[in-house]
Amino acid sequence: MLSDRKKIPRAITYLVLSLWALTTIYPFIWVILNSFRKKGLIMSDSFSLPLGDAFTWENYLTAWQRADFKNAYLNSFLISGTVTVFVVLIAGLAAYGLVRYRFRGRGILYSLIMAGMMFPVFSTIIPVFRMEAVMGIAGTGNRWLSLLAVILPQIAGNLCFAIIILMGFIQSIPIELEESAYIDGCNVFQIFFRIIIPPAKSSFATVAIFAFLWSYNDLFTQSFFLRYPQERGITGLLNEISSQAGVNYGLMASSVVLVVIPVLIVYICLQKHIIKGLTAGAVKG
Amino acid sequence: MNSMIYKKKSPLLVFLIPAFAFLLVYLYYPFVQNIINTVMRIGGLGRAAEGMNEPWYENYQKIMTDPYMRVALKNTLILIVCTIVFQVGIALILALLVDTIRVGAQFFRTVYFFPIVISATALGLMFNLIFLYKGGMVNQLLLHLGKLPYEVKPSGKVIVQWLDWKDQAHFLFTMLVPVMWQYVGFYFVILITGLNNIPQELYEAASIDGADGWRRTRFITLPLLRNVLCTCLVLAITGALKVFDLPWVMFGAGMPENMGWLTGTYMYDQTFNRMNVDYGSTIAVLIVVLGVVLSNVANRVFRPSEDL
Repeated sequence: MLSDRKKIPRAITYLVLSLWALTTIYPFIWVILNSFRKKGLIMSDSFSLPLGDAFTWENYLTAWQRADFKNAYLNSFLISGTVTVFVVLIAGLAAYGLVRYRFRGRGILYSLIMAGMMFPVFSTIIPVFRMEAVMGIAGTGNRWLSLLAVILPQIAGNLCFAIIILMGFIQSIPIELEESAYIDGCNVFQIFFRIIIPPAKSSFATVAIFAFLWSYNDLFTQSFFLRYPQERGITGLLNEISSQAGVNYGLMASSVVLVVIPVLIVYICLQKHIIKGLTAGAVKG
Repeated sequence: MNSMIYKKKSPLLVFLIPAFAFLLVYLYYPFVQNIINTVMRIGGLGRAAEGMNEPWYENYQKIMTDPYMRVALKNTLILIVCTIVFQVGIALILALLVDTIRVGAQFFRTVYFFPIVISATALGLMFNLIFLYKGGMVNQLLLHLGKLPYEVKPSGKVIVQWLDWKDQAHFLFTMLVPVMWQYVGFYFVILITGLNNIPQELYEAASIDGADGWRRTRFITLPLLRNVLCTCLVLAITGALKVFDLPWVMFGAGMPENMGWLTGTYMYDQTFNRMNVDYGSTIAVLIVVLGVVLSNVANRVFRPSEDL
């Protein structure tokens, strides 16, 4: 039980916390409500519920017709899905090797990874573009090659973060498990897939989620490599809509909702993994 | 713990080569190449250099005298200061408060972190609607509160003097608020983990010695949180230098009237829209140098002694 003396500060605490929560939730609710409101009414009365005459599906229909959302979703999921799979696999292998093996140059490799986290994508993108143009991947106008041109640098960009997080988790797995598996006749690769991955599943999930979200949300890399309409990912499409929509605010609102919905679903389902996994790695570093 | 399993080193190649091959080709090599590019003359994206600049430091000379670059640096420095004060500040207050409650703590964590997972493009568009000139959310709110002057014409039409949130007097506010708002949750989560790592016994001992809530915060929590705060500071500085998506969607190329540049958006515009590829590389180098220098300064000033 709380004493009277403690009740008032507690009430203030909840008040302050709820106010900030309101700033993070309300804008989204406002956009969702207005995406169902008739075009002209958004500017005059945006706070009421869009009921009766004010309600419309039109904004979504226009968005779906005017912009190629289906194609953009497909591009985005192809890019982000591939990036996620490769980041988790490659980073997992590297983290395991770096944690369990003792060899000369291990310290140098570790510092290289730390340094890699510092390079902003700005400082590498131009040479990467040139390199991929020479290799015949970037700027060809071929949709699949262009997607590949985004996927490769995005994998590299996510690796350092992923390796650091996974190293933290693999370190905490007791080595005795691996030793008994070894005695039972497993080789190192069987150990990696059967002994290491299962207990570290939640950290692999964290890395996967972040790789996916960063790749899905990234506008900078995508706008360098995806120049043609049929190549565009979902953020590129949204950027395009925002420059074309003009005063059609209903269209803008519904497009924002269409882009946010997949992320919202992923976040609500997996929020435990996201926050727990991130902090375990972030504070150690 | 050098177990016998790991005595044989050959599998190590399979573990390390994929990752480091990727990093070498797509991170380290381009990074070095980018530095070389700053002294070259490059005609367009994806083209080979046409030779060295004349003189080779031409771009560095240009960056020192470019007035828009000065604007970008000024805005970015303001952004860094605001990020440190407000973003980390608000996050710290929220974290300290959430740490004292039990009911609803998980809810607040989830909700505060949410904006980070949303694409900055979507947020930019959302804030465009919120700060809209004619009838945006903020302006409508102000109108309801009676803070905007309006007159009713004889015909019954209402003419409102809307506030332009993107004009020269307000653009900085409109640009900074969304960026800061988005990342408060990120620092909040880092700080709250730091708080959870502080041993409970310390607080109990302090309570027995008669320390009240404020004193416990001042003399136990904050000193022990210093390392984590320092991490936040470095992340805030390097993060602010890299900001691109949100301001780009909201303001485009340096609106209003070339006053709204940030280092990130200016670099993108120079490289991509103006095809000054070598100059863009130079700006990128400056961003990295600034990031390293400023985070080192932050570390020097705030990082406590190693043994803490």
